Amino acid sequence: MAYLPQLGLPAYASASERAWRLFFFAFCGLVLLFLISPILIVLPISFNPTPFLSFPKDDWSLRWYEDFFFNDRWTTAVKNSVIIAFFSTILATSLGTLAALGLSRPNFPARAAVMAVLISPMIVPVVITAAALFFFYANPLMVTSQPLLILNNTYAGVILAHTLLATPFVVITVTATLTGFDQSLTRAGASLGGSPALVFRRVILPLIAPGVISGALFAFVTSWDEVICVLFIGSSDQRTLPRQMFSGIREMISPTITAAAAVLIALAVVMLVTVELLRRRTERLRGIRT
Amino acid sequence: MKSELLIKALVASAAAACVFGVHSAKAAEPLTIVSWGGAYSDSQRKAYYEPYMKQTGVKITEEEYDAELGKLKAMKEAGNVTWDVIDVDSAHALSGCDEGLFEKLDYSKIADTSKFLPGTALDCAVGTIAYSTIFAFNADVYKDNQPSVLEDLFDTKKYPGKRALLKKPFGNLEWALLADGVPAGDVYKLLATPEGVDRAFKKLDTIKSDIVWWEAGAQPPELLANGQVVMTSAFNGRIGNAIKEGKNFKIVWDRQEFDWDYWAIPADSKHVEGAYDFIKFASDPKNMSQQSKYIAYAPTRVEAIAMVDPKIAPTLPTYPENMKTAVTTDLQFWADNNEDLTKRFNAWLAQ
Amino acid sequence: MSLAEAAFIQAVDGVPLKIKLARAERKRKLKAVGLVLPLFLFVVITFLSPLLVMTLKSVENEETFGRLDRTREALASWSGQDLPDEAAFAALAADLKIAGEQRLAGEIAKRINYEFPGAQSKFKTITRKVAAMETGPYRETFLSTDAAWGNPKLWRVIQGASGKYTAYYWLSAVDLRQGASGIEQVPANQAVFLDVYGRTFWIAGLVTGLTLVLGFPVAYLLATQPASRANVLMIFVMLPFWTSLLVRTTAWFVLLRNEGPLNDLAQLLIGSRFDMIFTRFATILAMTHIQLPFTLLPIYSVMKTIPPSHVRAARSLGAGPFLAFWRVYFPQTVPGIAAGCLLTFILSLGYYITPALVGGPRDQMVSNYVSYYMNNIINFGQASALGATLLIITLVLYWAYNRLVGIDKMKLG
Repeated sequence: MAYLPQLGLPAYASASERAWRLFFFAFCGLVLLFLISPILIVLPISFNPTPFLSFPKDDWSLRWYEDFFFNDRWTTAVKNSVIIAFFSTILATSLGTLAALGLSRPNFPARAAVMAVLISPMIVPVVITAAALFFFYANPLMVTSQPLLILNNTYAGVILAHTLLATPFVVITVTATLTGFDQSLTRAGASLGGSPALVFRRVILPLIAPGVISGALFAFVTSWDEVICVLFIGSSDQRTLPRQMFSGIREMISPTITAAAAVLIALAVVMLVTVELLRRRTERLRGIRT
Repeated sequence: MKSELLIKALVASAAAACVFGVHSAKAAEPLTIVSWGGAYSDSQRKAYYEPYMKQTGVKITEEEYDAELGKLKAMKEAGNVTWDVIDVDSAHALSGCDEGLFEKLDYSKIADTSKFLPGTALDCAVGTIAYSTIFAFNADVYKDNQPSVLEDLFDTKKYPGKRALLKKPFGNLEWALLADGVPAGDVYKLLATPEGVDRAFKKLDTIKSDIVWWEAGAQPPELLANGQVVMTSAFNGRIGNAIKEGKNFKIVWDRQEFDWDYWAIPADSKHVEGAYDFIKFASDPKNMSQQSKYIAYAPTRVEAIAMVDPKIAPTLPTYPENMKTAVTTDLQFWADNNEDLTKRFNAWLAQ
Repeated sequence: MSLAEAAFIQAVDGVPLKIKLARAERKRKLKAVGLVLPLFLFVVITFLSPLLVMTLKSVENEETFGRLDRTREALASWSGQDLPDEAAFAALAADLKIAGEQRLAGEIAKRINYEFPGAQSKFKTITRKVAAMETGPYRETFLSTDAAWGNPKLWRVIQGASGKYTAYYWLSAVDLRQGASGIEQVPANQAVFLDVYGRTFWIAGLVTGLTLVLGFPVAYLLATQPASRANVLMIFVMLPFWTSLLVRTTAWFVLLRNEGPLNDLAQLLIGSRFDMIFTRFATILAMTHIQLPFTLLPIYSVMKTIPPSHVRAARSLGAGPFLAFWRVYFPQTVPGIAAGCLLTFILSLGYYITPALVGGPRDQMVSNYVSYYMNNIINFGQASALGATLLIITLVLYWAYNRLVGIDKMKLG
């Protein structure tokens, strides 16, 4: 405990250095508070019994949670979000992991350019992507002027759009796991007589699994959060949770949005913990200790 | 292994069901009806959708929109229109008809055009309600000497505080000129000239720093309720509902901007006959007179007006006392100039 | 052994080892390409090609092309300055008659109205009139219906819109227009878009600067604290990062309202309330909050790799604490700063939800206008042109990011 007054400084630190250090800690404390407080502040408001967005005064109630969990509009939105996020996560994770595996092979041709293309959906403003998809989905096959297939206002359309937005995250996380990957392990597996499939399952997969899972989580969150594509190319059939919250704020319908926010924050905590555990596992597997 | 297979099969069938949309066979085809959301959709649900579903067994799916006819246009170009009935304001009733977005109506399938109030039986759309844009204030703030005329909305000395207006030039420019002393008959003549437009913006300039802009119809009562503003323009029914819920708001009917809302059938809708049947049901005087119970908008059929509860009548825009100084918006003027004036309006907002 | 040597060595089956190695290499390469191909094709087909389609839309006369062919032919020899001849009027009448029957006249009128305000009603009236006419003279009918038909400008607009391609939307996207004598600026009270771009850049720049100022010290703190404490502090950064953007925007929306907690606090402390919601302040604040982790994390991961011994060495060589930090530590963090700031700047340019929900009318960014033209005004050409300009700006910055930082250095979490 003699540590704190020292402010983590060596014994030779001057008084002004100490003062500066104190200021630095205070500043960082405020920034961290700025980061976390808006998120924490909606929690008590969600227990307010009155239909206003303010702190509960004397009483608290679960009425907004009741509305969130039992009102059709919200439950349908949750259901839609789950369906869309589930399928786009699976698609994005498979496509992204395969691509990351290919990209991390030595001597991949035009690696930087290909990587730039694969990451671009994350960079281009979503409104532009959504607008372009809106035109494209009207006649995605483009062979005939009368479309044979239409993806606007369908689950498939929204799922494909979310898959597109989510793949860069999978590519990035899995590639990051693979940069430390020792290619000789594969060769060792093969030289010991393992078929490529066996080597993949028993050697590569366990090593990259944490990266794949956190990539999948990123993909899930991307879809789970996305509202602009849903606004542009979805109909009320595909109304998702963020879409419902968006009109909730716009039309200021009820404090149910704060209950929804609280539930989503709880989910974020679960995600955060999972990713952290996975990161530690990767480090342990690779023998890195921090 | 077995359970794995089972899960795979389940996922695959769930995927097929979600992605391709499996419809259960039903005698009557479902209808998708698009409207404005909030209290207005609530009133339609109670007055029309629920009784209609009960009577016919047709499943009605509701969709909300914000005048985004772009979606309809794209659906039409794609040849897959999923909307069957749409509630449109008068500006879109006209432009949508011109652009071929709506079916031309066959009135023999609804009711004779003579049964509707003049101006509400259009080529592509049939009137459903009369509403108006009014301004309302919070009576808790102005206890005595309350605002009573349009000029008060523009008078920040006499009535200090923020006011909210619709974030469009439509309606606001007319009010600005009227409040500036232009006689009602000259408003559009003047707005057709650059000087007239300048004059309207100049008038708006006088209160610009006190304006909060709203976009969705549900916002004004909320802005008044949470103290964000003391006065706001609004659709009268939304304020009427807030008053019913116990809010101390008051409506100023002076220079109310009178308008209609219509039912229309999107061109190439897949359930045209079903749509006609619904519109016929909703245009039945008895059914039509029900909607006023839930929101303070007036019916568009003469017989229906007579059936409205006399207690409600004074809250409707059609009540003679409320109609005295009413303004009727010139839709053709706006069809011609909306794009240009909106640009100008946005440039003005950014100044 | 080099490949040159390998050329002389033969494998058991007599094939030179060089060829065998090259074959094996090619096979490995093909396999690697095969793994990437599905995603690559997916991105090209469902992302890059739609972007291209959108960009093309911004130069096409979708509403009018092919529907005014007769008029275009009749106007081919027209001087562009005086009144067109009877043949041109008759051609337009014929085009409108057909368009009227197919219910396309409204679309044509709408397109012409973009460049000639007021044309909508004139087209409507004349379409109805010519539908009832069997023969001419058309010129007199047009001119007696509305004097505007005698205006060469209207005819120039019609001529311009009858071709397949138009520069109108792109010119309009940068507040220019086709005048009687070449390209000119639109009147000041119609000039919207340059201001919107300027505002978008300004907001994105300010947000980037703020996230750097706030994020750099925190990244330094996290990188220099012992792991156990840093991990706890990291939660403060990562929880917002994992929380839905809508939730964070909702939180700011609730916080900044007139009757919200922040104003309640202000009322308590200084006895007055402030207008915070629907202002530039709210937009910047919420965006800074959302982007902060994106700037902070790349800086943090670079800082983690800087050995503390460097600063200690500098100190032991007599440098003061600030000099040691500024001359030894800071330069090594620059790649992280570049990565974080560029990423935040690029992402900030495309903001839509946050300005729409907590900003006022003066805080709407390019994306908000794209959406507005798409969904409300139904002017797909203008939406596409605005989208395409923003797309190009973004891609240039992305290219710069790639050059400066390298895309494979991008890290998450």
